Amino acid sequence: MRRLWSLALYMFVLGFILNLLGIVSHVVVSAFAKRWFGTPLPARFTTEWFQYAWTNFDLGRVLGVTVFVALAVVVLALVLGFPAAYILARRNFRGKALLLLLYFLPLLIPQMTYGIPLATTLYRYAIGGTVTGVVLANLVPMVPLAVFILMPFIEQISVNLEWGAAMMGATRFQVFRRVLLPLTVPGLLTAGILILVNTISNFELTFLVSGAGSQTLVVALFYNVFAGGVRPVYSVDAMAVMYMVTVMLVLLVALRFVRPTQMVFRLDQPRR
Amino acid sequence: MRRRRAGEASELDAMAVVCLLPSLLYVVIMFVYPFLHGIYLSLRPAKQSGLSLANYVAFFTDEWQYRTVWITFGIAVPNTVVVVAVALLLAYGMRRGIWLERTITTILVLPISLGVILLAEGILGFYGGRGWFNQILLAAGLLQEPLTLTHNYTGVMLSLFMQQFPFCFLMLLGYISGIDPSLESSARTLGAGPWIVFSRVMLPLIAPGLAIAFALVFVLSFGVFPSAILLGQPAGATRTIAIAAYQQAFEHYDMSYASAIAVVMGLFQLAGLVVIVLFRRRLVMAPTMGVGKR
Repeated sequence: MRRLWSLALYMFVLGFILNLLGIVSHVVVSAFAKRWFGTPLPARFTTEWFQYAWTNFDLGRVLGVTVFVALAVVVLALVLGFPAAYILARRNFRGKALLLLLYFLPLLIPQMTYGIPLATTLYRYAIGGTVTGVVLANLVPMVPLAVFILMPFIEQISVNLEWGAAMMGATRFQVFRRVLLPLTVPGLLTAGILILVNTISNFELTFLVSGAGSQTLVVALFYNVFAGGVRPVYSVDAMAVMYMVTVMLVLLVALRFVRPTQMVFRLDQPRR
Repeated sequence: MRRRRAGEASELDAMAVVCLLPSLLYVVIMFVYPFLHGIYLSLRPAKQSGLSLANYVAFFTDEWQYRTVWITFGIAVPNTVVVVAVALLLAYGMRRGIWLERTITTILVLPISLGVILLAEGILGFYGGRGWFNQILLAAGLLQEPLTLTHNYTGVMLSLFMQQFPFCFLMLLGYISGIDPSLESSARTLGAGPWIVFSRVMLPLIAPGLAIAFALVFVLSFGVFPSAILLGQPAGATRTIAIAAYQQAFEHYDMSYASAIAVVMGLFQLAGLVVIVLFRRRLVMAPTMGVGKR
């Protein structure tokens, strides 16, 4: 009975994974197909759709925007989030729980709900539709994400190290530069990579705020899937493969530093 | 987190304020302000001057608009129940560590990282009329006609499940494997069978995590937007409330009406959360998190 039960569980996971791999590899096979119509595999393979997608979808520029937006969001989110994470990890004060709740809201509330008022505001100040607007909008959930990822890392660093350095005559800046920063590198890496993956694959906010020249790869992909039939499906799949490769490269780097469950959510309470 | 005792000096000095201020200002200017302004804007319809509830009245009296609420509930509620139930079943069955854990969790992170659009394009191909899924079922003789799994309600449900199941499963797995295993052993030593252990010992311990899972999955599926467009019928059976808000904002350029719909969407999400919290209160509360497997 027990055996049967756990066998059923594994069968479900296996089935899910097979479906998932089917979904992903269907895109890849289709991207390399000359023509594919109801057969298990296409009769002839070609790489011409990549050429086609690259020139017709203006992917050089789209990729440039994507990389710029992602890097800008990572840097700004870490710069804005680090000091706040430090204070929240080290100090106690009135209203701290309220502040944490405020930082938690952009992560909890779905992006479609606050994305529309945010886009309205950005368009009113003529930032909507620009690359700057896309960066600013993406920072809204990413600054809190940086704070919540960095906090436990900073909590683990003993305060004694900072006091020791200060006693030896280090200034505040020196304590930060020579003690705190080197010890937080693992946390900064984790946060940076998670923000990078999230920004590249984040759709809703970018979609609502971006204009013709400020689309990222996911948004451009959405428009082409949406306009299905206008372009050959193979070329859309070729574009999807290029997007996938971009995300996978970042993900491969990420998995060297980050535990997979960390990408989902931190449920455990801050330790001690 | 240390609780602040009465009379303890606040540790908020000038440096702390300077450190907190940049990110706090950012959240206030880019999140709180637009949100509040959206509510204000929703009360100022484009065609009238002064404050009025005209947008809300228009939404709830126009069938084309208010039926999006039912459509969205019709997608979000079944999806939430199925995702959380399946994830709980699996996570509970695998609470004592699993075979190939790292490989499985790594593969499960894929759909989360690849994002909804790539998944949608893959589902359109894989489950489509000429895709592998139908080909296999036809070849195995299980079907005479290919199933229509995309561009309808099923397509949206498939995509939501693919997206949210891994996320929910990993979250619950982390939560359940954090529960002190000695509690379960004690129950077993005292003669409890597997069902009693689950319903009387483990379920109350899992309840807080379960409530969080329910809340997150519900809120996310209530805001469903890209999958409802790409895999459903955005002009009919799967015209969700997010699509209605988007169309008002970017097709009719009526930001006031669009904000009103966004507010309605937020209120329904909030209502869902309140129901979940109230329901969780009725379950036994037991804050006994041990130091199990991390």
